[in-house]
Amino acid sequence: MSDVLPAGWEMVIGLEVHVELATKTKLFCGCANAFGDEPNTNICPTCLGLPGSLPVPNAQAVDYAMQLGRALNCTVSPSIFARKNYFYPDMPKDFQTTQYEEPTNEEGFVVLPDGTSIGVERAHIEEDTGKSTHLGGGGRIHDATATLVDYNRAGVPLVEIVSHPVMHSAEVARAYVAELRDILLATGVSDARMEEGSMRVDANVSVRPVGSTELRTRCEVKNINSLRSLGRAINYEARRHVDLWTNGDEPKQETRHWDEDGGRSTPGRSKEDADDYRYFACPDLPPLVPTQADIDAIDAAMPGLPAARRATLAEAAGVNVADTTLTVERGLDRLVVAVIGAGADAGAAMKHADQNLSDGQGELSVESFAALIAMEADGSLSSTQVKTVLAELVANGGSPADIASLMGFEAMDTSELESLLDSIIADSPEEWARFVEGDRKVQGFFVGKIMKATQGKADGKVVNQLMTQKAEG
Amino acid sequence: MTNAFDLAAAVRSGEQSAANALAASYAAIAARDDEINAFLHLTKARAQAQAAAVDHKVAGGEDPGPLAGVPIALKDNMCTRGEPTTCSSKILEGWRPPYDATVIGRLEAAGATIVGKTNLDEFAMGSSTENSAYGPTRNPHDTSRVPGGSSGGSAAAVAANYVPLSLGSDTGGSIRQPAALCGVVGVKPTYGAVSRYGLIAFASSLDQIGPFATNVTDAALCLDVISGHDPMDATSIPVPLTPTMPTLNDGVAGMRIGIVDELMGEGIDDDVIARTNEAAQALVAAGATVERVSIPATIYGLAAYYLIAPAEASSNLARFDGVRYGQRVEGQNVAAMNVATRTAGFGDEVKRRIMLGTYALSSGYYDAYYGKAQRVRTLISNEFQAAYKNFDLLLSPTSPSTAFEIGAKSDPMALYMCDVCTIPSNLAGHPSMSVPFGVGDDGLPIGVQVLAPMLDEAKMFRAAKVLEDAASTTPEASA
Repeated sequence: MSDVLPAGWEMVIGLEVHVELATKTKLFCGCANAFGDEPNTNICPTCLGLPGSLPVPNAQAVDYAMQLGRALNCTVSPSIFARKNYFYPDMPKDFQTTQYEEPTNEEGFVVLPDGTSIGVERAHIEEDTGKSTHLGGGGRIHDATATLVDYNRAGVPLVEIVSHPVMHSAEVARAYVAELRDILLATGVSDARMEEGSMRVDANVSVRPVGSTELRTRCEVKNINSLRSLGRAINYEARRHVDLWTNGDEPKQETRHWDEDGGRSTPGRSKEDADDYRYFACPDLPPLVPTQADIDAIDAAMPGLPAARRATLAEAAGVNVADTTLTVERGLDRLVVAVIGAGADAGAAMKHADQNLSDGQGELSVESFAALIAMEADGSLSSTQVKTVLAELVANGGSPADIASLMGFEAMDTSELESLLDSIIADSPEEWARFVEGDRKVQGFFVGKIMKATQGKADGKVVNQLMTQKAEG
Repeated sequence: MTNAFDLAAAVRSGEQSAANALAASYAAIAARDDEINAFLHLTKARAQAQAAAVDHKVAGGEDPGPLAGVPIALKDNMCTRGEPTTCSSKILEGWRPPYDATVIGRLEAAGATIVGKTNLDEFAMGSSTENSAYGPTRNPHDTSRVPGGSSGGSAAAVAANYVPLSLGSDTGGSIRQPAALCGVVGVKPTYGAVSRYGLIAFASSLDQIGPFATNVTDAALCLDVISGHDPMDATSIPVPLTPTMPTLNDGVAGMRIGIVDELMGEGIDDDVIARTNEAAQALVAAGATVERVSIPATIYGLAAYYLIAPAEASSNLARFDGVRYGQRVEGQNVAAMNVATRTAGFGDEVKRRIMLGTYALSSGYYDAYYGKAQRVRTLISNEFQAAYKNFDLLLSPTSPSTAFEIGAKSDPMALYMCDVCTIPSNLAGHPSMSVPFGVGDDGLPIGVQVLAPMLDEAKMFRAAKVLEDAASTTPEASA
């Protein structure tokens, strides 16, 4: 972080994150909300904005939006839909139905794994636009020879989550977006896939001298399609601003387009010639007025959110909150907490969750996980064998003892190992001599031979001990 | 052509066929509509199929519904599946909606036959039906005069006895004012009482569909059919409207009725004021008490309306951009195509209101114009509510004058003044209706307006029936 900008400069980042809600139907009509269908198959008079059509709010979308608001610690208030007026061919009514002065969710926060709290200004409901494909020219609308429009996405429900401009590094911005994604997945309100566009991030970036609290001219960087791009785009943009300021120039307030291949941002529309959106309350849609009972019901049904789950796991495993991120992200925290509760060694449980359960717990039960950790602890299985048994438990379930015996993973007798080692030493006197002289590089040679001979049944640690004893003895 | 109520009864009893009633309607249209120009398009195939279905039901002993075999005309801003729906604009030329407005389904379910689509001021913006891309409609009482507007075609279709019923839409008086000028009954229901689904929006918070009829009973019959909750319209009132027919003849004895002071003075012709006072006397004669009442904010109604309605229109009409339907005039890029299409497709009055509305919503002007207009709207609603604490109904003229000559009002402001009496009900969302009550010094029809509290159409119709009965027996009013 410190070396991204020259000394004395600080970046200021605010993020606008659009998430598509995982409803069955669109925000104001009964058309399917589905990604990847044949173009223009999920359309009707309402989402095509045909003359005379009217919107009717999707109760599930409104519910999801309020759930998300509560998950972001926002105040959920009565809200109104507004029209944002501008002309664009993939926007069927030439206005977007959104929320402006009275959004559903206001003033919340997101707690990152390291404990940082990022303020959320608002999380409002709006409809998505269709998707344009510009043919000819530079692939942009103004020089296209033709534009194809798919309206399947038009009217898909979105929530736009607007953070306060309180982030000062690309790392924090990425952690914030990762945390949002985990919250979305935990609540189930969105599938949050950046690559499919169901989660889209625009970054507002500016810079200022360290110690200053001013907000200088910002640029909004769009077309960021991954967490990696987000980091690159922010760092590029911040450096560009510092260069401008230090050269006596200054950035223009504008929208910029991130070019991932070129590793740079290019100017889009300048805010000076931007549309006046002429927001006003949508006369076709009555206000949304949730009751306190509605909000209480949402809170009561709220699933465990990542921040709370990290805290619970850290407490159970006796580790720092920051070390629980991966386990919670993988959704393994409940398993680990339970297995520790069942008496398993916390370190071993955390180690396996981090190293051997990257695809999730599958068919692995708390009981069998606890039993497996116990077998590893008392030496009845080698760590290699534990990995193999664990993979089988994830795939098909069962008892670790049965699987170990089926696989022939009886722990080997030390005397058996000793005689095996003796015969290998006899076959390879030169290598053994080098080991005895202190060349530890050949240790792997012997361990490998033993593993091969025992088909992995030997415990590597025990072999190492035996070799050391013999060499010293 | 007989009235809708008797015609439906005759069709239901098998005395008359729906097919014959429809044929008679088309014959009347063929005889005179080259001159009147009430219709833009006839939906003959659909109407004939519906008439046959109605007759088939009657033959099978089934009841085809309260509007069995009644021919009805629709203002051409209501989407009709597979049929031209133009809003009298070139920009929608050639477009055929893939769906029906909710009211059409309700009418057909009640047995009515949709005969065709009527002329209007383009996108319902006007008070004379002169702003149509397809030529003006003429007033059947005097073809040198306008029928009023914007639902002039629907008003003229009933006044010319082509059809016993028609539907219009009323944003600032577009049903009531042409009803008054054409000597027919016209009703603007409570906002949300009739579904707007399929009505091409002018100003969404003000638009309301309602019936035209030759008499109060037919209007009540039609309103009871088309009103009711529609899940496709989020502004539709969730409770059913109290039917108007059962209490239609209950009279006004004991009712307190207020004459709106501010609508009885400057700018209103003397003959119109005279007929309104006579209407008040008729209500007194029927047992009501009538007093004058002041609703001061109504004088700001016109100004507020001409900010709110254009503001909403500027947004509602943005979609006519040449991208998806209707006319397209090609340009070098999408933006140029949008501009060329809208420049060629919209008439002057539509452009004027789009510009007015765009300006009123612009950043820096919003508070001074749109914001203030909304506060006036709230004030008018509050004053009406206060008045209805002391009065069951209110009474006023519908139009400041009788029908004027085609081309006589070239100044937009002079035309805007036509709506001064009707606009307050749209701003408040309350129901009101125009009932013919005699004629003016020029022998042309005059209408009086009955205004009622939210959802109190039943009471409004009782007074309208009393006025109708009085008009037919009062010498000066029945001329």
